[in-house]
Amino acid sequence: MRATFSERLVDLAVNIFLWGFRILIVAIIIIGTFFTIREGKYTSEQWIDFIVFGISQGSIYAMIALGYTMVYGILRMINFAHGDIFMTGAFGAYFTATWLTKAGFVDANPFLGLLIPILVAMAVSTLIAVLVERIAYRPLRGAPQLVPLISAIGASFFLEYAFRGFFGPGKYAYPPIKALEGTWEIFGIGILKVQVVVAISAFIMMALLYFVVMYTKIGKAMRAVSENKDTAALMGIDVNRIIVTTFAIGAALAGAAGVLFALVYRQVDFFMGFTPGVKAFTAAVLGGIGNIPGAMVGGLVLGVFESVGPSLFLEGLGITRAYQLKDAIAYTMLVMILLFRPQGILGERLSKQKA
Amino acid sequence: MAAILTAKNVTKRFGGLVAVNNVDFEIPEKSIVSIIGPNGAGKTTFFNCITGYAKADEGKIVFDGTPIQSQRPDQISRLGISRTYQNIRLFADMTALENILVGQHIFLNSSWISAVLGTSYVRNEEKMALAEAQRLLNFVDLKGKGDLLARNLPYGAQRRLEIARALATKPKLLLLDEPSAGMNPRESEDLTAFIRHLRDELGITILLIEHHMRVVMGISEHITVLDYGQKIAEGTPKEIQNNKQVIEAYLGRGAATEGMDTAHERFSKKVK
Amino acid sequence: MKKENFLLSATKTGLVGGAIAIFLCLIGMVEIFNKRDVIQGIVTLGQFVWLATAVGAGYTASQQTSHLLNGKKPAQNLTAGALAGFFSAALTAFLVWLGSQTDLRAIFINASPALYELLTFGKGLAGLPQLLIIGIISGIVGATFTLLPKAVQRPLLHALMMLIFMALFSGIFRVVMINQGNKWETLAKSIFSQTGLTQLGGWIFILGTIAISVFWSNRGEAVKASMARMPSKGKLSLRILVFLIIAVIALGLPQVSGPFIAQVIVIISLYILMGLGLNITLGFAGLLDLGFVAFFAVGAYTVGLLTSYGPFGLQHISFWVAVPIAVLVSMAFGAFLGLPVLGVRGDYLAIATLGFGEIIRLLAGSDFLAGYFGGPQGVIGIQKPCLGVLEPFIKLDTPRICDGIEIGQGAADHFLAGPGGIYYLAIISALLIAFVAWRLRESRLGRAWMAIREDEDVAEALGVNLIQTKLLAYILGAAFAGLGGAIFSVLIGSIFASSMQLLVSINVVALLVVGGMGSIPGVIVGAIALIGLPELLREVSEFRYLIYGTVLIVMMLAKPEGLWPSQATKRELHHETSAQGGD
Repeated sequence: MRATFSERLVDLAVNIFLWGFRILIVAIIIIGTFFTIREGKYTSEQWIDFIVFGISQGSIYAMIALGYTMVYGILRMINFAHGDIFMTGAFGAYFTATWLTKAGFVDANPFLGLLIPILVAMAVSTLIAVLVERIAYRPLRGAPQLVPLISAIGASFFLEYAFRGFFGPGKYAYPPIKALEGTWEIFGIGILKVQVVVAISAFIMMALLYFVVMYTKIGKAMRAVSENKDTAALMGIDVNRIIVTTFAIGAALAGAAGVLFALVYRQVDFFMGFTPGVKAFTAAVLGGIGNIPGAMVGGLVLGVFESVGPSLFLEGLGITRAYQLKDAIAYTMLVMILLFRPQGILGERLSKQKA
Repeated sequence: MAAILTAKNVTKRFGGLVAVNNVDFEIPEKSIVSIIGPNGAGKTTFFNCITGYAKADEGKIVFDGTPIQSQRPDQISRLGISRTYQNIRLFADMTALENILVGQHIFLNSSWISAVLGTSYVRNEEKMALAEAQRLLNFVDLKGKGDLLARNLPYGAQRRLEIARALATKPKLLLLDEPSAGMNPRESEDLTAFIRHLRDELGITILLIEHHMRVVMGISEHITVLDYGQKIAEGTPKEIQNNKQVIEAYLGRGAATEGMDTAHERFSKKVK
Repeated sequence: MKKENFLLSATKTGLVGGAIAIFLCLIGMVEIFNKRDVIQGIVTLGQFVWLATAVGAGYTASQQTSHLLNGKKPAQNLTAGALAGFFSAALTAFLVWLGSQTDLRAIFINASPALYELLTFGKGLAGLPQLLIIGIISGIVGATFTLLPKAVQRPLLHALMMLIFMALFSGIFRVVMINQGNKWETLAKSIFSQTGLTQLGGWIFILGTIAISVFWSNRGEAVKASMARMPSKGKLSLRILVFLIIAVIALGLPQVSGPFIAQVIVIISLYILMGLGLNITLGFAGLLDLGFVAFFAVGAYTVGLLTSYGPFGLQHISFWVAVPIAVLVSMAFGAFLGLPVLGVRGDYLAIATLGFGEIIRLLAGSDFLAGYFGGPQGVIGIQKPCLGVLEPFIKLDTPRICDGIEIGQGAADHFLAGPGGIYYLAIISALLIAFVAWRLRESRLGRAWMAIREDEDVAEALGVNLIQTKLLAYILGAAFAGLGGAIFSVLIGSIFASSMQLLVSINVVALLVVGGMGSIPGVIVGAIALIGLPELLREVSEFRYLIYGTVLIVMMLAKPEGLWPSQATKRELHHETSAQGGD
């Protein structure tokens, strides 16, 4: 037929481009790191600060990522509204915490003052996620992949702007817990209490989830459904109930993550779910989507990279105010991982149909 | 007769599973050849290796003098290999005519810029493509159905449309993956005649995967039997019907001890 | 299976209706819509929205009752409707009561005294019985509607839709008509009030629509048949006539309507350009790109940097030279972003492109690259294009002469300076690109795109080169969006990274979904419905994204093929009806 010269040219261009892209990123990382360390702009204490912040941030991403990963594992669907489920939890907690703080309850009982808003947030998020699943996703099961994705984008917008309608476009200041202000000395380094508490709470909840998924009856049913819905149904598992449960558990974690996020950043607004949502999705992909330990690892890796990255990789290259590009680092990781290792760090290679 | 396609030592693995194991294979030009074998024997994987959808891990496939084992599917189709699918894969939301027009893709030369400008070259080419598509529709007995969406055609018509689409690429070698699946005896007979017609009139070499023994035995000049990815027999239909290993593969190891005669009877029944 | 008691079912329906009513109250819709009248002195839009929930509950409850009882039984149907209406109103009443007991406003900012006053007719809690009675009546009205024969239902529904449409757009019609002179002014004032329709206007539209609707349902088939019988020459000339009428309206519109509507149409046109671009990647080739705004940004920034007199302008070249450059740069970016993601499929692709789009926005808005793109301050001082062909083509000097007028003094006077002028630029570009998109669709390339959308493995086996074909989808889609961006930059006169949000990409996806993916007229319909309406209606624009979200979900649930499905689907439907007719 026609000469395939132009095709070969395109093929070559694709390969050169992809390799160039990889080399560029690696070069930025290496050269940036080299110059940053040579300049010695930051002390090792500051680096540890960055890493601790990264871990606490990353554990929040990991909690949200679990919701993405579990739903994807079962339905092969990106629940685009998951970030907004996280936001609804934060709002639920905000009003509870404000009320408790005004009543003086939080100062007297800091532990319960933290726990109660978390429980409320989990309840609110779960309720809303179950409603969203029932209304916007369940009728679309079995439709082509893009249909539920677009419906999920719709649900995301609906939640964001419904909450904007309810509570207005402004930012609400999340009430601080006095007992969590200041720092703790750990190994001679002052670390913000909030970050320690956030990381510990996140780890406790993720351990709980892991236990539920691996060792309880419902967890086994969830894994069975994610392997094969039809076979699971034949084994007497109520697939719909398991799917709702999956949404509910993911949402409960996201709601709790919303509270932790609000504790760190001290503010709550209707759009707060978008960026952490995309980043948590990145974390889920990073760890291998559908893979529960993967989501936890992915979250931590992303959190640390994002926190250390601007200073370590970019400032050495002479980029001023590199922290503005923090999000760009996360998105670059997302794109890179989708391009070069879509199965993630811990994931198995998905077969062609699944990917 | 010269071979139009030669496969040597073709091996394809999926992880630990060896789907196609060291298969040698030859298709003489203008012949009708079948591959048979129990489910999961690696027949479709072998098809995929020929059409480039799966890359063979080892071995060489030569088509018409060109090695194709490392070519992409679109390049292979340009060389003159076309196929149909086991479970019909039409472009469901396109019309029957558009399906065939996509099959003519490789013969159309107009660039998108000339298409936007609507040059007379493009208009002529489109007119000719349309005429050819209509001709193919008539050829497979779908006259007047050109404007129907492929998804709304009845099952038999979908099978025929898929063949018409494959023919639109003007193949030298046509691969048919279980073309008679879901057909009644009458329809299978028509299909057999149709396949013969393709070879006799159009000179297309045909490679079949088929479960329907009646069709296979009636039409093939040469049969290759695969089992667990390995070639266990090849020969004329007569030879295959009497091959001990083939009978074992189809009817289980027990058949051989049970006495060849009864086993042969059962196999023959299955064939008829 | 035992069937549910119809009263229980009606109660549930009523509670759902009530929940929706509370939702609409708390997001502020009822209160904001209350500022607009449907018919002056009779019903406001806010009241109408609230009533609609109760009527809807009654309607649904009555439908369910018919279903549960295997047929229409007027007494039961009306009871169910009344019950549903009652519970629907009861929830609102509960909200009002709760608001009187506690300060709901500490949580819900829209739970304002004005809302309570509206819901209780200014009587405080004493107004609640009245609210409940109205709820019951609304429920009965909804139920009654289901009992009417189709021939009565349809004209009533049409009249209602017409009424809402006219009420929403009354302000615009009124202004346009008043601009036309004295005679029109009196007419306008008798039909349209400041905030909606007058009572006279309301009756005119109700009765007029009913009359037309009844006429059409009786005679419509005959009219259609006579149209079909028309010789093909007659059909062609009819089509040309319709086209000419539309063209004349389009060309004359800014003169009649004034700059505001012209500006809205420019924005619609820009979204049509972007929509046509995404229609190629998503609608034709099936590649969901959530970072599409990046190409729009590239087009806008290219023209901005090449023509701006602000601090970041690189060159001061003519707009007409800058536009092709911008389109080429966008295409290069399409290839640049398209190349790496070619191997990524399905929803992974959506997220990867979202990532790319965000990276571009973050880089453009960062201080790091502020020296080139202005960072958060953006690129300003972009000149309006001049029409004059004599305009020096390559490099312009300051101060320059544009169409005989020196820029900076009488700048607004030259033709392409105001929205009225850009209007022609935008609308002609949109028409041109629609034509290009149509030609592409009907070409070899268009068929290859659709084949990829349907089944890329099979397409490849038929000789379609996936890499080239997908890449072309990205490049051409990017070209259209880049052209949109180029026009946007001269329309606004400045570009900010913050206007290149993901929201824009979502808008474009939404308009494609609503119009019908892969359908070129669908893009136009979608852009008018999703972009034009919120721009025109300030009350609606408040809830724009909420409505988008709802629309996306509802469309996916009810009508995934869109309002104006692509030709193939329509041809198919046509074929089926004619086949049935032939039998």
